[in-house]
Amino acid sequence: MAELVVFGLILGSIIALGAIGLSLTYGILRFANFSHGDLMTLGAYTAFLVVSNLGASGGRIGPLSFGWPMVLAFFAAMAVAGAVAMAADRLVYQRLRRRRISPIMLAIASLGVAIMVRSVIYMAWGGDFRFYTDALRPAMLLPLGIRLRPDEVFVFGMAAGLVLLVYLFLERTRMGKALRATADNPDLARISGIDTERMILWVWAIGGGLAAMAGVLLGIESQLRPEMGWSFLLPLFAAVLLGGIGNPYGALVGGLTIGVAQQVSTYFLLPTYKPAVAFAILILVLLFRPRGIFGSRYGY
Amino acid sequence: MSLLAVDGVVVGYGAMDVLHNVSIEVNPGEIVSIIGPNGSGKSTLMKAIFGLLKPKQGAVLFNGDDITGLPPHKVVRRGLCYVPQAENVFLSLTVQENLEMGGFILNGGVRERAELVYGLFPDLKGAQHKRVGRLSGGQRQMVALGRSLMLEPRLLLLDEPSAGLSPIYVDSIFQRVLEINQSGVTILIVEQNARKALSISHRAYVLAAGENRHQGPAADLLANEEVRRAYLGG
Repeated sequence: MAELVVFGLILGSIIALGAIGLSLTYGILRFANFSHGDLMTLGAYTAFLVVSNLGASGGRIGPLSFGWPMVLAFFAAMAVAGAVAMAADRLVYQRLRRRRISPIMLAIASLGVAIMVRSVIYMAWGGDFRFYTDALRPAMLLPLGIRLRPDEVFVFGMAAGLVLLVYLFLERTRMGKALRATADNPDLARISGIDTERMILWVWAIGGGLAAMAGVLLGIESQLRPEMGWSFLLPLFAAVLLGGIGNPYGALVGGLTIGVAQQVSTYFLLPTYKPAVAFAILILVLLFRPRGIFGSRYGY
Repeated sequence: MSLLAVDGVVVGYGAMDVLHNVSIEVNPGEIVSIIGPNGSGKSTLMKAIFGLLKPKQGAVLFNGDDITGLPPHKVVRRGLCYVPQAENVFLSLTVQENLEMGGFILNGGVRERAELVYGLFPDLKGAQHKRVGRLSGGQRQMVALGRSLMLEPRLLLLDEPSAGLSPIYVDSIFQRVLEINQSGVTILIVEQNARKALSISHRAYVLAAGENRHQGPAADLLANEEVRRAYLGG
């Protein structure tokens, strides 16, 4: 059981990373971005491209299954997913925004972007499972009988570090505060001198970058497949709603909760029911706490 | 030369025009009020001056420069600040952060400027790190005014600063508006509390159904029988 909770926290940290980006983009753009999962996949495969070309030369970092090329792959993944997200805004969402189109239509458009991104991944890499490494990845034995791979400890640490960075950015920097101000009240932000179109590009870069990292970490933790991000959308949205839509700190708690709930459920249910657990939580939240456990927007 | 000149603007939402050929002028150092019944287009005029709405015709000149249709985040760099009637604070940000956003375009000196604002509104100093959503209506209005003063604007646009406030706060807000003006800021104010607005203004315009109806020195309008009957409640 303790082991399941730990596995849950690791999975939850990945969900949280994706959910924070999703919640941030929702906060600024006010639509549910269905391409977020495929930005994760894109990040994961971009990292695969880097690692599979450089992998042999890098050796390994300590007990981890990957070497220094993976660090380069992180940056490449964030850059590519961020750039694709920004390009999608300029080519698709901005044009629709200017026509004052409804959030539902924007969400449907993001579904189109999602399918395009996924199709490109299928064309480039096919539908087979891929792994960053084919080396054996033995587990370490920790207290309480918990068996963990060093990679999993890394995944959790990396996700926690990124969440901390996002927190510091939002709370301490001028741009971070301007981003929160734009999410809170876009007209007042413009009146205050904030170029909200620029803020939108920032949020795509950050949201896309976080999604990419979530994708790479998910790939390190398990394996890569073209549907990995798409099928991750359900826990992502459950986490976002649980934390209060548009509230990135709520998304963090929501992500960890969903992760633990999914893993612990395997104690009682078959693992194939994991997505059903996220779905059940999603429905319960919508029924009983539609504004999430913290309310939307930072819970004032 | 007038600091602000609105020249024959036509503004509307879609096919419907709210303002038909409205013109006003504000001279340096003045307090000018715009009064008129609800729906006469007062707030629409403010939005059009600040670039939140694009005039279909006419021009907005600030200090002689054409700023018609300039987006709001550029208008603010010209030395105008605007306090909208509703949703004029960032509810999820702290008082301090609201002031910082007011000074977003400054290159440094934000802290010093915020201290000056706290000097003007001592109540806010104690609530610095509280989220504005937790403050009372009167305190929020002070945050809204404070945010707009972060840039030492040359012209301040105030849309119904006393709306929804208790009488004690109303007097205190008007007192602040006078003080702000005496410190050298020109003010254009839209008010439903017409009598109060006229009492602190140099000049005023009466808008009705999206058109200029009356204009002149505030004292003359206060004395004008027709204006009193129609817009000041007798």
